[in-house]
Amino acid sequence: MAGEFVLLDTYVSMFGMRARVALNEKGLNYEYKEENLGSKSPLLLQMNPIHKKIPVLIHNGKPICESLIIVQYLDEICPDKNPLLPTDPYERAQARFWADYIDKKVYDAGRKIWTTKGEEQEAAKKEFIEILKTLEGVLGDKPYFGGQEFGFVDVALIPFYSWFHAYETSGNLKIEPEVPKLVAWAKKCMQRDSVAKGLADPHKVYEFILSMKKRLGIE
Amino acid sequence: MAANDVKLLGARASPFVNRVQFALNIKGIDYEFIPQNLSNKSELLLKSNPIHKKIPVLIYDDKSICESLIIVEYIDEVWKNGPSILPSYPYDRAIARFWADYINKWFALVVELRRTQDEDSKEALRERIYEGLVVLEDAFIKCSKGKPFFGGETIGYIDIAFGCFLGWLKFIEEAGDFKIFDEKRTPKLVGWTERFLSDKAIQGVIPEAQQLTEFLQMYNARQAATSNEINPKDGNIVQNS
Repeated sequence: MAGEFVLLDTYVSMFGMRARVALNEKGLNYEYKEENLGSKSPLLLQMNPIHKKIPVLIHNGKPICESLIIVQYLDEICPDKNPLLPTDPYERAQARFWADYIDKKVYDAGRKIWTTKGEEQEAAKKEFIEILKTLEGVLGDKPYFGGQEFGFVDVALIPFYSWFHAYETSGNLKIEPEVPKLVAWAKKCMQRDSVAKGLADPHKVYEFILSMKKRLGIE
Repeated sequence: MAANDVKLLGARASPFVNRVQFALNIKGIDYEFIPQNLSNKSELLLKSNPIHKKIPVLIYDDKSICESLIIVEYIDEVWKNGPSILPSYPYDRAIARFWADYINKWFALVVELRRTQDEDSKEALRERIYEGLVVLEDAFIKCSKGKPFFGGETIGYIDIAFGCFLGWLKFIEEAGDFKIFDEKRTPKLVGWTERFLSDKAIQGVIPEAQQLTEFLQMYNARQAATSNEINPKDGNIVQNS
């Protein structure tokens, strides 16, 4: 695929990781630019003036924003290499539905775990596990959410695995006993080069939330 | 294709349901509209959308598809013979999806405005709503490239995503003394709303303000009868419910 790809991102962002994994799956070389969200670059403000958020994929100078939109875009311009969305329209609708579910639920529930304490945190942990259990049910006995092949929903969810250690440590929570099949799925995904190279180191993620907690004044 | 092959679970007053109706009309698909009582959800709805329990749900070939924009893309992909709803090029598709997502977020501000009592907060929300409209005016200019719709010559994905709210927006304007579409601020969007509402595929889908008033009264009466008191200003009904 011809052209120049630049990714505006931050190392620990699970949304950014989705773009990285997709770029890797498609075998695309890209220039990675780490953004400091406390001091956004002129390039970011120019390329995503509406939301001023990462990730932003810049392809031959043209920006694409919103992580799942980026992943679909990459899938559409490189349809033959590791296709991520299925070909059947109903299966595609299902994939989009679950990616949307992940977007609506996982981030907020996870965030509540490390930003709250006491009863609020207990409720957050419970909610988070319920959501993971639902997703584990969707996975069923399939190797991937995409079926036999790694696909769109797998890309949408796997980045959150790099945050599990941070959720577990700050929330005093053990995820694997609750959703063993889901964790097994995540470990299998981590064996893919695209994922191993695209995800952040869980320890660095934990360090990040510690510094955020300090900044936000949360113990 | 027989009408009962395609079923739409919905409520006429829901703009999210209206999106699906626009798409079905554009493609010339006959369908059975199965009205849903949101205060007392049917077995069929709960079975077809167990996760969110919301409308719209499209049922086709014994399968259910949920979430309005996902349903619209599905319709576009299954019924390839009719006019295309999404653009052909990947970059244009990414832009269309971006604006549809933005529009959803923008409308959430309008819903929030309806729920807010405090005048300072209302004023702040109105500012953000107006800013959003100016952004959408600019988006219209860029996407339409001088043609009548966001989608170009014919109604497309962004038109559907945005146009579905016109009934409620008009209702809110009339109820709240708050002009949303203003010739001075967003002249191109004003022109677009007129063309959208006159389009063949849109006719008869969006309820009139009077119908929305009746719907809201009925909804509130049902809610009060079953359990909670609902503030008539509650924006709940307008969400994907």
